[in-house]
Amino acid sequence: KRIKTLETRDLKECCTGVANQPCE
Amino acid sequence: MVHQYQLGGYHIVLDTYSGSVHAVDEVAYDMIALYQTESRENLTRRILEKYNDRPDVTAEDVAECLADIDSLVAAGKLFSTRQDATATADLLQDRPVVIKALCLHVAHTCNLNCDYCFASQGKYKGERALMDFETGKRALDFLVENSGTRRNLEVDFFGGEPLMNFEVVKQLVVYARSIEKEKKKNFRFTLTTNGVLLDDEVIDFANREMHNVVLSLDGRKEVHDRHRVDYQGRGSYDLVVPKFQRFVQKRTNGTYYMRGTYTHENTDFTNDIFHMADLGFTELSMEPVVCSPDDPCALTKEDLPVLFRQYEILAEEMLRRKKEGRPFTFYHYMLDLSHGPCIYKRISGCGSGTEYLAVTPSGELYPCHQFVGDKAYLLGDIWHGIQNTALRDKFKNCNVFSHKQCRDCWANMYCSGGCAANAYHATGDITGVYEYGCELFKKRIECAIMLKVAESELEAGGA
Repeated sequence: KRIKTLETRDLKECCTGVANQPCE
Repeated sequence: MVHQYQLGGYHIVLDTYSGSVHAVDEVAYDMIALYQTESRENLTRRILEKYNDRPDVTAEDVAECLADIDSLVAAGKLFSTRQDATATADLLQDRPVVIKALCLHVAHTCNLNCDYCFASQGKYKGERALMDFETGKRALDFLVENSGTRRNLEVDFFGGEPLMNFEVVKQLVVYARSIEKEKKKNFRFTLTTNGVLLDDEVIDFANREMHNVVLSLDGRKEVHDRHRVDYQGRGSYDLVVPKFQRFVQKRTNGTYYMRGTYTHENTDFTNDIFHMADLGFTELSMEPVVCSPDDPCALTKEDLPVLFRQYEILAEEMLRRKKEGRPFTFYHYMLDLSHGPCIYKRISGCGSGTEYLAVTPSGELYPCHQFVGDKAYLLGDIWHGIQNTALRDKFKNCNVFSHKQCRDCWANMYCSGGCAANAYHATGDITGVYEYGCELFKKRIECAIMLKVAESELEAGGA
């Protein structure tokens, strides 16, 4: 096994990026 | 679209439009790089040639790995396209505009005289001013009236130094709480302060009412005191650090962030972050200064490789301290891969000019705090609402795909096209790209994802 896929949510309520804002 | 990079001893493959993260070995890394451009025969031949001294890399093994890649492609987790994302962007243009957050400038004045302040020492190139209660009350009513069905509303008490108008802050919170039930709204308040006026009354109030508090500290004493001085030129480190420590010690409810600024003068800024961690602060944020290129503070092109390495050092040290049981968080590394924001949010960004507005002490409306004082960006006021609808619509249509340079960027689902104000100040157009900030952002995302890979290995019982 050469590929390990991390568990992620399929993307498809203002620091001066939004990726670290949790979904409500 | 796929982004491949090596960092921290890991080979990482990021699939932009699905958000999938794959930790692979060097063989799979090379195979994925060739997958879309080479025939399967050529790919197999090239891999076997390159790894001919590796007994584990056989034709059968390469075929098995190719089958794994095929499966990931079929599952939409590798080489996914932006088709769904652009369709979502089209939907965004037709959405009704509701306002859900205000940056409430309760004080256009400050008790510090920081020379790098984007807000001209809190005055925003205008006169000193404090917001009165009636203006603030009207701003809250304006927010409720224009929030549609949104339940969660946010108000950041900002300045200048908002604690210079603490009585009005308290009155406004009392007023907001008094209308929450009737209006079916939930106000989340935040406060951004330099700490000079922090005392037990403020701390207790913040514990009761402030969802988040941002505390301004640049790190080491000599770094902090270089810019963050009072009107007599005296550094503020010795005054504010004990207050911040007491604040954090008593913080029983809600979050906080230590928020620093680094400049050309401290490109070794990780030492400032580690200093804050050593002072007992665990929620940390450190931002690159944004100023005129001819300012001595301004970051230079030559600084970039130094800063890139600093972000790597930060990730390495965070991992080390986590293993030692004394972790701290860094705002830009807080990626949530499994519960992060939806694609609507990722495409539309921070919502400045549409769902997020700044209100001046006199009740004027601007797209965000960084446009305040620039009359070309005046949207209207809290009594008459948005009058410059053309400007509002320009912000409404400003999303990640309206930035031409962002359309084919691997990081576009993380930065959402970046900060409109930074783009405007760097290029004169909110749909431009502030390239320097963009380079730093991409580096931070690479480091953040690397940390996630390392943490997943830790959880699985790896190194």
